[in-house]
Amino acid sequence: MSKDAVLQVEKLCKRYGNSDVLKAISLSVRPGERVALLGHNGAGKTTLMKLILGLTTASSGEISVAGLAPGSVEARRAVAYLPEAVAFHPALNGREQLKLFARLAGEPTHVVNALLERVGLDEAADRRIGTWSKGMRQRLGLAQVLLGRPRLALLDEPASGLDPISRHDLYSIIDEMAAQGTALLISSHALTEVEARTDRIAILRKGELVADDTLAHLSRRAELPIRLRLTAKGDAAAEIHARLGGARVNGASVELICHPDEKMDRLTRIAALGGLVGDLEMTPPSLEDLYRHFSGKDRP
Amino acid sequence: MINRILAVSATELRISRRNLWVLTASMIMTLFALALTFAGAAPTGALGVDLLTVSVASMTTLSVYLAPLLALMMAFDAIAGDVERGGLALMLTYPVSRGELLIGKFLAHLGTLAFAMTTGFGIAGIAAALSGGAGIESIVALIRLIGTSVLLGGAFLALGYMVSALAGSAAGAAGLAAGLWLIFVVLYDLSLLGAIVYDDGGFFTRSVFPWLLALNPADAFRLWNVAAAEGVALATGMTGAANALPAWVAPASLILWPPLALALARGAFGRVEP
Repeated sequence: MSKDAVLQVEKLCKRYGNSDVLKAISLSVRPGERVALLGHNGAGKTTLMKLILGLTTASSGEISVAGLAPGSVEARRAVAYLPEAVAFHPALNGREQLKLFARLAGEPTHVVNALLERVGLDEAADRRIGTWSKGMRQRLGLAQVLLGRPRLALLDEPASGLDPISRHDLYSIIDEMAAQGTALLISSHALTEVEARTDRIAILRKGELVADDTLAHLSRRAELPIRLRLTAKGDAAAEIHARLGGARVNGASVELICHPDEKMDRLTRIAALGGLVGDLEMTPPSLEDLYRHFSGKDRP
Repeated sequence: MINRILAVSATELRISRRNLWVLTASMIMTLFALALTFAGAAPTGALGVDLLTVSVASMTTLSVYLAPLLALMMAFDAIAGDVERGGLALMLTYPVSRGELLIGKFLAHLGTLAFAMTTGFGIAGIAAALSGGAGIESIVALIRLIGTSVLLGGAFLALGYMVSALAGSAAGAAGLAAGLWLIFVVLYDLSLLGAIVYDDGGFFTRSVFPWLLALNPADAFRLWNVAAAEGVALATGMTGAANALPAWVAPASLILWPPLALALARGAFGRVEP
């Protein structure tokens, strides 16, 4: 826990009736830090964001946003939010909607044009939002996040519904905001290359924070097995299998599963086989394997 | 604060115009007002008043039904609809208070209603004056009708926001709004009528009934218009109840209803978790 954190969450609990949606969550995000908040649907990601925004109140625990109480006028000035599946009024056009947000935020309305251009909506801006695609609405949502250089930005599933090019734009916007000192909390229900680009990964499982670390540390902690696939030269597969064990795959290959710390030892033994091995393919655990390890297979 | 209220108001006005509320409401008011004015032209001779007076009397009865209806139709979606679309959660993360949002919406909707009332009653009033004559008194009655109709609409706008905040969904809010209209405009009067018949001219009819009547904004609206103009009173036949009360009661009730209902709506809105 650092004192200069923009977002500081301490032992936060939220109950709805008899069910605990969040159980003693502690989390902090520093200026310029990008934190991915991962979890299945219903793990409590959106609830955590709504608590930070002051849209709902905590059952116990503390939240401080730039040293302020969540939901206070000053805290709202410091925070930007992109809701999941953001919806705007279909009768307004993009420029009008963004101008309304600018006026509510106390920003001059001329900044709107540059923001629309930044998210690639300058041509669609004067058409009604009702005629827009989901991806375009998502980008308008991003444009309003950029209003007034927030100190903390909460993005709820920002990548959902975006095509690959928009995704690329999303990362560059996220990186740009981080470079300007905005602390970012980005939720997602999957661990993909997007979330892997963040500085830290926090994983929620059924309301509990089960991980909060860098990707490298998480991989080391998980100790997930590495997959080695050896392709035999000629019909040597049987002999390789006899000497190394593992599993035979479609006649000509042998697959070995090994722990990260056995890796070098295994490779030495494979090298000793010399001419028997035609090719070697090594697959480290995927991001998805890693995520599944921490988030658990038992879905709520 | 003023800036944020105006921003919300301007946006809501734009939405009202885009989804044709301004046009629809004005057309409904104009058509009904014109139809009533000329359908109700018969008693002019018998009562010895000009056509505009009779027209205002007919339009008063019309407004009792139509002003609350239009107001509720505009208001029921205001909060529940925003919650459903997901827009309210985002709005409330901006430094705008729930009170500012509510007042911003109220001003825009009230402006739309005022425009529709002025257009509808104005056109019908001018038509009546041109074809059947008008006097100073009947012109004042027409202006009073427009003003009180806006007040009545304001009260029901705020009541509409209240049910919009209380209902979990826009569909639920629509149902509650219909119920509200039925209670205030139809059932309240019916039950008072039943009580009068049962009481048969006793204490209730003479002392309690006029006050109960003034408590309902729709009836207060009727009382105010009737009590203030003799000709209108003659044409509506509501002089009895109007004369039993001090002159300030009905206006006070109608003027107090919009702010009180707005306060209730603000209370209900405060409990909404978007």
